[in-house]
Amino acid sequence: MSDKNGSTSLRGASLPRWSPWAIAAGSLALAVVIGLAGGLDSHVQWGLIAAVLFVLGTYGVTARVEGRRQAKDRVMTSLVWVAFLLAVVPLVSLVWVTVKRGVKVLDVYFLTHSMGVVADTEPGGGIYHAIIGSLEQVGLATLIGAPVGVLTAIYLVEYGRGALARAVTFFVDVMTGIPSIVAGLFILSLMLMTKTQPFGFAGSLALAILMMPVVVRSTEEMLKLVPNELREASLALGVPKWRTILKVVLPTSLGGITTGIVLAVARIAGETAPVLLLVFGNPFINTNPFEGAQSSLPLYIYQQYANSAGSGAAYDRAWAASLTLIAFVMILNLAARGLARWKAPR
Amino acid sequence: MAKRIDVSGLTAYYGSHKAIEDISMTVEPRSVTAFIGPSGCGKSTFLRTLNRMHEVTPGGRVEGKVMLDSEDLYGTGIDPVDVRREVGMVFQRPNPFPTMSIFDNVAAGLRLNGKYKKSELNDVVEKSLKGANLWNEVKDRLNKPGSGLSGGQQQRLCIARAIAVEPKVLLMDEPCSALDPISTLAIEDLIGELKERFTIVIVTHNMQQAARVSDRTAFFNLAAVGQPGRLIEIDDTERIFSNPSVQATEDYISGRFG
Repeated sequence: MSDKNGSTSLRGASLPRWSPWAIAAGSLALAVVIGLAGGLDSHVQWGLIAAVLFVLGTYGVTARVEGRRQAKDRVMTSLVWVAFLLAVVPLVSLVWVTVKRGVKVLDVYFLTHSMGVVADTEPGGGIYHAIIGSLEQVGLATLIGAPVGVLTAIYLVEYGRGALARAVTFFVDVMTGIPSIVAGLFILSLMLMTKTQPFGFAGSLALAILMMPVVVRSTEEMLKLVPNELREASLALGVPKWRTILKVVLPTSLGGITTGIVLAVARIAGETAPVLLLVFGNPFINTNPFEGAQSSLPLYIYQQYANSAGSGAAYDRAWAASLTLIAFVMILNLAARGLARWKAPR
Repeated sequence: MAKRIDVSGLTAYYGSHKAIEDISMTVEPRSVTAFIGPSGCGKSTFLRTLNRMHEVTPGGRVEGKVMLDSEDLYGTGIDPVDVRREVGMVFQRPNPFPTMSIFDNVAAGLRLNGKYKKSELNDVVEKSLKGANLWNEVKDRLNKPGSGLSGGQQQRLCIARAIAVEPKVLLMDEPCSALDPISTLAIEDLIGELKERFTIVIVTHNMQQAARVSDRTAFFNLAAVGQPGRLIEIDDTERIFSNPSVQATEDYISGRFG
């Protein structure tokens, strides 16, 4: 800033601290006026107009008072805020709607009864059979996918050199992109060849295929974060390589590896397509994942919603099951965070 | 229990790049031998060939002989894991295991090798920490994480960890370069005590340190960047620093180059 007699000052004019809030409130009010005047009945449109006005208003006001460089800075800040809100508002509204509609029929009865003798159009019934199915299928998939994934990652980071390691990395990348329906079809083709009927474990196999590459990727990143100095320190003590990996490398990265596994579990817990193909769905309680059709939460949600035409009861049950699924994934995430914090190297 | 190291015709590679060429020297037991020389001349590489840590680096390989008393470390049938139990190492930057307590760090070598008696463990840890002049500072917090110590204390913890497995030789790769003068002094005093029991080889960039702690000094140099490093001369420390037989050594020590 230079004043009239040519000397420069380090102090420029600056907006008060509340100015971003004032501009936000102003643009919101203006957006409401424009919305009402223009007869726009969608609140989403009002919000988008407010966002645009906020960014433009910030630039205009700051450029007048503080100068162009500060204006750019503030515009970038407000863009980040707008992007943040655009991402968070739908998420919050999704959780809000699910909770609002889900709690209608979500109670202990709902969690402990199946749909065995309840027609889809009638009220009553529950998701016990679907919870059992989900837990068994996802549990078995984790028992297969997590160890294979972690071991593959250990191979890639600690041992893999040359063509084989490159090939494994390439195929893991390819597997990451497999659509869940394709994984389901793959197992289905095996089932058709062996002429078996749908059963829970078949779904687990497809889910394990989907889980493995996610676990490999996340575990690989975590193992790479372990400083090489620690491996060398252990080797220099005369500790064999396998023990170094088991006792030094894995404990150091345990928190991150567990978080990765839990996130992969959360991902497959919501998969519908392979379960629809391979486990088929079953309104009765079937606790044996190795024989007979089972249900699962995402499949239950899909089937209840598909049969909800003219029936409020099925519609409500679908929302309640969705809420249960979201709660399940959220609890898993929180557990993973807790574990990571507890196990983090101090 | 300290052992003599006898190196002859040793050449080390990283892939196709020759890092050090044709090095022969003898390291006397119960003495401190210092390696000095400009950066990139292969001091650390040579040090790492003495306990077969060089081959841990991808592409690292070695030609030549390293005799530990009567055994060739690179002979057929020699297990590098056993070599490293005989020849311990302390690194440039303190690297205690972050998931382990102070006690567990010192006990790590024994525990991870699976060869120890529970009753002995406490004694070994105490003896090693005393040997590293760290016992008085940490005896009340043995169960606290090792990474909570200061840099100098961490480095002494690493020395305690290295001597807990009772090696015959202790290699130190610039052990004081990340430490302040007071911690450096503590480690140098410690080196003086440890040489009663171990053969010690230390790489250092600090010429005063080499002069202070070592009995013999080896000067390494390389002809040009990209050329392999070579041993220029090795002699009693006093002689190297007062009247070296090679002009390049005198130039380096007196700061005329490098």
